[in-house]
Amino acid sequence: MCMVQAQKLSKRVASPEGTLTLLDEVDLEVAAGEACAIVGASGSGKSTLLGLLAGLDAPSAGRVLLDGIDLGTLDEDGRARLRAGRVGFVFQSFQLLPSLTALENVMLPLELIGRTAPGRTAREVLARVGLADRLRHYPSQLSGGEQQRVAIARAFASGPKILFADEPTGNLDQVTGERVIDLVFSLNREHATTILLVTHDEAVAAHCHRRLHLAAGRLRDDSVPGADRQVDLPEAAGENI
Amino acid sequence: MRIFRLSLLGLLRDWRAGELRVLGLALVIAVASTTAVGFFTDRIALLMERQASVLLGADLAVVSSDPINPGFASNARGLGLKTAETGTFPSVVLAGSTTELLEVKSVSAGYPLRGVLRVAQLPYGKERATRTIPAPGTVWLGPRALTRLGLRIGDKIKLGSSVLTIAEVLAYEPDHGGDLFGIAPRLLMNLQDMPATALIGPGSRATYRLLIAGPAPVLAKFRQWVDRRLEPGERLEDVRDARPQLREALDRAQKFLGLAALVSVLLAGVAIATATRRYAVRHLDGTAVMRCLGATQRYVVWLHVLQMLWLGLVASLAGCAVGYFAQQVLVYLLSGLVAAPLPPPSGFPVVTGLLTGLVALLGFALPPVLRLKDVTPARVLRRDLGQLPARTWMVYVAALAVAAALMLWQTRDVRLTAYLLSATSLTLAVLSAVAYALVRLLRLLRAHSGVAWRLGLAGIARRAGTSVVQMVAFGIGIMLLLLLSLVRGDLLNEWERSLPPGAPNQFVINVQPEQVAPLRRFFFANGLQDAVLYPMVRGRLLAINHRPVRASSYSDIRARHLIEREFNLSWTLRPQPDNHIVAGQWWTAAQYGKPLVSIEQGLAKTLRIKLGDTLEYRIADRDLSVRVVNLRKVEWDSFRVNFFAVTPPGLLNGYPATYITSFHLAADRHGLLRRLMQRFPNITIIDVQTVMAQVRSIMHRVNLSLEYVFLFTLLAGLTVLYAALQATQDERTHEVAVMRALGATTRQLTLSLMVEFTAIGLVTGLLAALGATVSGYLVARHLFHLNYHVDPRLWVVGLIGGGAGVGTFGVWGTRFVLARPPLQTLREFS
Ligand SMILES: Nc1ncnc2c1ncn2[C@@H]1O[C@H](COP(=O)(O)OP(=O)(O)O)[C@@H](O)[C@H]1O
Ligand SMILES: [Mg+2]
Repeated sequence: MCMVQAQKLSKRVASPEGTLTLLDEVDLEVAAGEACAIVGASGSGKSTLLGLLAGLDAPSAGRVLLDGIDLGTLDEDGRARLRAGRVGFVFQSFQLLPSLTALENVMLPLELIGRTAPGRTAREVLARVGLADRLRHYPSQLSGGEQQRVAIARAFASGPKILFADEPTGNLDQVTGERVIDLVFSLNREHATTILLVTHDEAVAAHCHRRLHLAAGRLRDDSVPGADRQVDLPEAAGENI
Repeated sequence: MRIFRLSLLGLLRDWRAGELRVLGLALVIAVASTTAVGFFTDRIALLMERQASVLLGADLAVVSSDPINPGFASNARGLGLKTAETGTFPSVVLAGSTTELLEVKSVSAGYPLRGVLRVAQLPYGKERATRTIPAPGTVWLGPRALTRLGLRIGDKIKLGSSVLTIAEVLAYEPDHGGDLFGIAPRLLMNLQDMPATALIGPGSRATYRLLIAGPAPVLAKFRQWVDRRLEPGERLEDVRDARPQLREALDRAQKFLGLAALVSVLLAGVAIATATRRYAVRHLDGTAVMRCLGATQRYVVWLHVLQMLWLGLVASLAGCAVGYFAQQVLVYLLSGLVAAPLPPPSGFPVVTGLLTGLVALLGFALPPVLRLKDVTPARVLRRDLGQLPARTWMVYVAALAVAAALMLWQTRDVRLTAYLLSATSLTLAVLSAVAYALVRLLRLLRAHSGVAWRLGLAGIARRAGTSVVQMVAFGIGIMLLLLLSLVRGDLLNEWERSLPPGAPNQFVINVQPEQVAPLRRFFFANGLQDAVLYPMVRGRLLAINHRPVRASSYSDIRARHLIEREFNLSWTLRPQPDNHIVAGQWWTAAQYGKPLVSIEQGLAKTLRIKLGDTLEYRIADRDLSVRVVNLRKVEWDSFRVNFFAVTPPGLLNGYPATYITSFHLAADRHGLLRRLMQRFPNITIIDVQTVMAQVRSIMHRVNLSLEYVFLFTLLAGLTVLYAALQATQDERTHEVAVMRALGATTRQLTLSLMVEFTAIGLVTGLLAALGATVSGYLVARHLFHLNYHVDPRLWVVGLIGGGAGVGTFGVWGTRFVLARPPLQTLREFS
């Protein structure tokens, strides 16, 4: 079954030098439970693609189907409702709400869909990412790695079907970055989440089933066919937690 | 000059980017409120200057409380000067069953010597100028008097012993009584008719004027001649010192309205400071790059200061224009209180407005802008470098200095300024502390609420500083309006309630000695036994301890009025029940007829009279020396008859006396007044209710104008709110984008914004109600010695007004943050 699907997806923006084509008729299919890496040079449009797939922006042309629903038929609120409880996000710059504590940040997506006992679930997930003793801390009181772990807890709290991650290790040092990646994949394995992960770190990409390369607005499948590491890597990650 | 061009270009760019709009708006409001008041008071001042002789009705006048020596007039006429005479006194007029206290002016032919009278056929009807005065046997009545008495031209009225016919509606008289706020309805009559009314005797409260007009040299000659012949109690008034009370009133109004306008200026200053902070933060990067490219610190500062100056100039000019139109409303609100049509204003308020605008702008905007010079060029490499050093003390010091300067300018009184400044600072500190405590309290709610609530409340806590500023600024606006509207009414009602139920509500003056016995019988027959008749002798205070008293030797305006007026002396065996001796001894029977006097302590303080002092009075051409044997405390608001000076019985027997009394008359017995008037036509009855109604009507108008000025305060408060919204807009946009990414709907986001702003508004309303209640309590207890009951309406109006006002405004002001696609925002915030 197809979890994320893009058909002839294009994004053009106006710039002082005329129209700029960021994405040019991109086609993509990601199956449920699949982990898919998108790599490419900086400025190649990876974030733009991820944003379109998640419905955070509207394409210039083409369609995006998320969990079988055409985003083009929905308005901003409709897309938000579709995401709620179904989509998790991890950003390079964490994007935690500075006015809320770690616990409150994690509770947010649960509360937005009206889940009962959001506090208990959030506490459990925070404990799962190793932050049981940081519940009442504000983002500014946490280190970068801790903030990203809160963000990961927030992303997984509602048990989403899809996780979008945009360079989740980009702002972290290597050791911390590896830990965060391990965490993402072990949670992925536990919840059978579909993952779309943007990175320019080959090592991170190597964790995924599939590796897509974005260049000049077009997407090329770079995966090494028949590679079998996709099965055992998540287990290896799990031991690291 | 390249820097001029650059600064102008920068200004245009920043304006288009919306950065400076709040700043501009705040300035416009500040300047508009100042100039509205400025234009208004300027017009009145101009009116007084240009029409001083019209206001006097002459070029020179001899004023006295006794009829003026006829020799003065004949001498003036002998010199070729024009003369006319007037006599003014309050009196009750009877028409059918209604009575009305009027300000009566009787005039001789030729009046007024300067300016013209205007009359009409109907109250407030079409006016025409006239050179005549009421013919003998007729009167002209002011429109208010006519309406209140329900009369028309041709009807008859009873004034004292005379019956007179109404011939015209008196639309305008140049020398409008003695005061700007002429409260009493007016009546103009012929001087020849005055004796027949029998209203004028030694005890009547009449003022006589001999009006003189003519060429300046002749006038000077007459002045010289008459100056040496003036008796105590007679004085000269010329165009320079025409209407000292009016000047005084104007001066006070100017100060008061000016200070009221200043509140808006200071609040606008808060908005300016808030907006400039954001402006400075937004210009950090650009400044760092400029520094990298070789711009000196001086250059950077100048560039921004120039930009501010341009903005200040444009916004202040716009403010002057708004102020000019706003002033028209002020004139409308106070119309009727000012006697004549106002001339157009001078350009002076524009200068004041521009200065206020620039001072406020520089004081509140300069500190943050100056900090831009401290930006290190290294910021180009590492953005976290060169955050603005948090030199907030500079902002406060500058703000305080500006506030002090503006207040000093307005009051021209260092002590008053110091007092106001500390009172303001204290109020602000207390309000801020309370607001902060409430913000902390709101956090407790957070753990037990839904997502929108949590988010909204979290926003307040995170932006605690801005939240508190918004609450206090807007709260002050609401508080002032609550004070003026609700608390004022409460205090008045409370005062009326505090009067004992049987408190006298009628005063009778002008009772002649031979009428005392019949009047007592009249009162007795009508169940008014407690109406005690007190004797009263009018005397002028000449000297204290043999040193002549002159009005000019007192700086206190009240003391001067007291010296210029005649005193009422009375005599009594025992002190009145509500009087307390605070110093000295009451007289014994052995001391009856001795030259002693008991003085009210407030008067003693004002005129610096001490126990044992010798006072010299002139009473009806005779001088009397008395020694102060005790000081009394008097409950003036008991409405009982009381006197500043009381002597033992027997001392004043040979002097001309009239009698005065007060009594309580139930509302359904007003017919009695009519019979009283018919039996004793010469007496004057003063109905406290009527006087109170007149005072209320003036207070209402003055209050309206103040409320109007404080509307600007509310607007300035809104600007602070708006500036704060702008300052936090980036933060909010980010929050909304993240929430959107997590799947929040518009409804949920709007709800959280509503929670945030409504909560801020509720706290604001709470602060306002609290402030108004405490002020009301303090004023009631310490100024008026009244009990103050907390008015629940204050809290209802405050909470609803604050919650709905700030809630609506906040959601409206942040509606744009909901409209952006989240990806764009998230990109900017990574
Ligand atoms: N709204 C926009 N307007 C103009 N240019 C944009 C806009 N969004 C993205 N870009 C440009 O598109 C390019 C791709 O951006 P992005 O998707 O963030 O790249 P990546 O994530 O691969 O580094 C960049 O050069 C960026 O500056
Ligand atoms: Mg990117």
